[in-house]
Amino acid sequence: MARHHHHHAVLGPRRAGLTCLIPPLFLALLVCTAVFSANVPNNQSGGGWREDEKDDNDDVDNDEQHRRRGNATKTFPVLSFNYEHIRIPFEVSLWILLALLMKLGFHVIPRVSRVVPESCLLILVGLLVGGAIKAVRQTAPVLDSRLFFLYLLPPIILDAGYFLPVRPFAENLGTILLLAVAGTLWNAFFVGGATYAVCLLAGGRLAGADLLSCLLFGSIVSAVDPVAVLAVFEEIHINELLYILVFGESLLNDAVTVVLYHLFEEFSHAGTVTIADALLGVLSFFAVSCGGILIGVVYGLLGAFTSRFTSRTRVIEPLFVFLYSYMAYLSAEVFHLSGIMSLIACGVITRPYVEANISHKSYTTVKYFLKMWSSVSETLIFIFLGVSTVAGPHEWNWTFVTVTVVLCLVSRVLGVVGLAYVVNKFRIIKLTKKDQFIVAYGGLRGAIAFSLGFLLTQHQMKHLFLTAIITVIFFTVFVQGITIRPLVELLEVKKKRECDDSINEEIHTQFLDHLLVGIEDVCGHYGHHHWKDKLSRFNKTYVKKWLISGERSTQPQLLSFYNKMEMKQALMLVESGGGGNIFKPTAPHTDPRFPSRRRADVLEARQKEIRKMLHSNMQKDRQRLRSYSRHDLMEDPFEDDVSEARFRKRAEMGRRMSHYLTVPAKRPEAPPSVRRVAFQPEHRVYTYDDDESAREPTEARTDPGLPDAVRPQNQEEDDQQRLAALRRLSDPGPV
Amino acid sequence: MREGRTKGGTWRRGCVSCPSIRAPKVPLAFSGGAMGSWQARPEQQHYYHQLAQKTGFSAEQIKNLHHRFRELSANGETIRAHLESIPTLAKNPIKKQIIDAFFDKRNQQEGESGRLEELDLGHFLMVMSHFRPPRHKSGEDERCAVRRQKLRFLFNMHDTDNDGTITLVEYRKVVEELLSKSGAIGHEAAKAIADAAMLEVASTNVPHMAPDEFYEGITFEHFEQILNGLEMESRMHIRFLDVDTSTVRCGKAGSTSTP
Repeated sequence: MARHHHHHAVLGPRRAGLTCLIPPLFLALLVCTAVFSANVPNNQSGGGWREDEKDDNDDVDNDEQHRRRGNATKTFPVLSFNYEHIRIPFEVSLWILLALLMKLGFHVIPRVSRVVPESCLLILVGLLVGGAIKAVRQTAPVLDSRLFFLYLLPPIILDAGYFLPVRPFAENLGTILLLAVAGTLWNAFFVGGATYAVCLLAGGRLAGADLLSCLLFGSIVSAVDPVAVLAVFEEIHINELLYILVFGESLLNDAVTVVLYHLFEEFSHAGTVTIADALLGVLSFFAVSCGGILIGVVYGLLGAFTSRFTSRTRVIEPLFVFLYSYMAYLSAEVFHLSGIMSLIACGVITRPYVEANISHKSYTTVKYFLKMWSSVSETLIFIFLGVSTVAGPHEWNWTFVTVTVVLCLVSRVLGVVGLAYVVNKFRIIKLTKKDQFIVAYGGLRGAIAFSLGFLLTQHQMKHLFLTAIITVIFFTVFVQGITIRPLVELLEVKKKRECDDSINEEIHTQFLDHLLVGIEDVCGHYGHHHWKDKLSRFNKTYVKKWLISGERSTQPQLLSFYNKMEMKQALMLVESGGGGNIFKPTAPHTDPRFPSRRRADVLEARQKEIRKMLHSNMQKDRQRLRSYSRHDLMEDPFEDDVSEARFRKRAEMGRRMSHYLTVPAKRPEAPPSVRRVAFQPEHRVYTYDDDESAREPTEARTDPGLPDAVRPQNQEEDDQQRLAALRRLSDPGPV
Repeated sequence: MREGRTKGGTWRRGCVSCPSIRAPKVPLAFSGGAMGSWQARPEQQHYYHQLAQKTGFSAEQIKNLHHRFRELSANGETIRAHLESIPTLAKNPIKKQIIDAFFDKRNQQEGESGRLEELDLGHFLMVMSHFRPPRHKSGEDERCAVRRQKLRFLFNMHDTDNDGTITLVEYRKVVEELLSKSGAIGHEAAKAIADAAMLEVASTNVPHMAPDEFYEGITFEHFEQILNGLEMESRMHIRFLDVDTSTVRCGKAGSTSTP
């Protein structure tokens, strides 16, 4: 069967070759339209999405024309052309469409997308488009900072915050905070100071840079960017610890960046900074971060509370999640607090309560929409970055730029190594050299730095700085982004382990929590397990009662976990079984625990079908890893497919399902990727072996008297179905 | 320095060099070295050294835990009674299992099984040594060994009848205990969860079961297999057992001798 796969692969490029042409064609088409649209009426510049002041001129013209025509003959215009009417939405849609088609195109070319991260490709496309637009001497839309901060950034951050893995985040919070705050401060001052020194030494054009401007520049260019980090890290599937360290740092350093930026910007105009100002800066830092988090928590609780009452209007449930979060972001921005931290806090707080309250479909909607928006945003950001690079006025100075790039790298490495040394004294699981290297190497800069640089007003060095910032961004995204994957392979950094969601692991995680708290109590020690336990107890007794509707507020976590798993099982079974006809009302099984329930039985024919399905899957190696992969909603195939009707059927079966599934025989030496059987088989690859035909699961059938002939209707190729046999567990008899 | 009050008089935490004020009313059964009297330093040191070798704690940590152990064995009450009366432990759903684990001979790594009647310092330390954090520079083998030891501890907690397997009944009990403090969830739910978990272990470890085979129970190998992903060696530890003793606050919480 390996040949089959190769065959497929050989065919691939040829077919891909043709389809490869499509995106560029589209691109050409779109660029033309964009240019044309920019050309069209009345000397409109294509600048940004700003409102069109010349609109009234059009109207005047049109009126005149109209009147002129009116004076002559009044013919009814069969077709008229009024582009201005829809210009802005049209251009917006056009850009988004372009971005998405590009994304589509990349996935058609398989090899490139495996080597080069998507962000690089998108920037390249942006460069091309920008170049094309410039070639026809139009002004291209630039990455307007308002657009960026108000529309493009929030979806990405919300997506990240909502799906933030809270447990590892909380466990590593100390390290993350240290890296975010101390690391960023170190970077900013080191880069700023060293740049100033270099400027002094170099003289010439650079002599105009004073210390404050350099510090300002340092603070802009030193912040690790969450968008870029996400874009690269999600593709390399690195282990949880490193992911959460780099990503958490990129989120939390926003507060530092905001404070430093405003501080230095204010004072670079004023000229000097006193000690009092520095102290105020520190105070401001605390205000910014804590204030941001507070706002996020408040909105999050509001959102959770609202979702308690939405049981009758399920359709608008997802909107509450989005709107409350967005409002949190905007409210924080009003006071110049850290919007990112507010958004993260809102997402983290909202999630557990909202998920307990909203319907399954709403949950799916929330998940899909978040991923969709964040995907679009990210794509647009990178494309615009490319376009703006071409468009913007540049001032290239070799010394400055190279010095900046080198300094950024050096300061990052030094910072991480130093901080890791400090933090290892307090960590149980220490950061190894490999870990430190990856953390340092993963510090990518991105569009936030660019936008902040763009926001610099009236600065004589602005263009110089901007050019340097763009160069650093390009360097990190391209060089570090492309090379990090082979480096990870080379250094054999631990990859993300397959998703758990095994009920045993869940049981034991909880058991372990209680055990550790108990042991701490025996020792008489108020360790952090103790406080964690106190917090969760508080949560259970007070908070949940307020925020979760109905009886779910008292449901223990284990039970909700179990229910979720069962539901997924049930859905999956319905999905693959084509609903309904696999169930026969038969005599109750020997297990008298479930006396009057119906049962699914799996029979030989079915087994054969399944084997065939899985056989064809065998070489595909679809390792469906969950969730830190933001654009990857392929993980839940049944969520795509569950239609309303099937869902209703599932409701029938309810929770009995999990007991009546059958497990297909597995070959012990399966591909190393996914081995374990758990209740989320979409994460597993099952392999079949023809040799096993002899050992067919008639084991599946526990009741000998059942008739046959069930043929699953939907033979979706991608269906990884898992059926578990009802085994006679060691329960001796009726309870 | 904080003072702890017990019926035996006050003593100060962290004051290792203070002569013990408490008269040796309680028969602390040290297997080597003089009982209760601090004057016998060299024997005590030797005893500590022995324990350090056996359990892997440092001498400082042993001294600290010794303090706590003395608190727990004060006032002539049994240690078990003391443990039962720790107020914060009372809220713990698996309190009984935890206390039993201390008295379980299997956790003493001496190959015996059964119940201990009374704990001595060595036993106490041995149990606590299961919760030491992993060393930084441990190799792969050592980590595996540590993981196995910790998983063994958990296994012993579940396998109450000491037959080497966790049967369905035992597992159900575990789940029930876990859910017990969470309100009236009911027998059914706990059973369902335990059954599902058992099924999962069965299907992972024994995929080719014949139709009339029973899955008797979770053996230790299966248990290891199913919990492999949790990386027990990094999760099952109490932080203070690693940190410099000057920051340890042993015996501060949950005074066991509330009047």
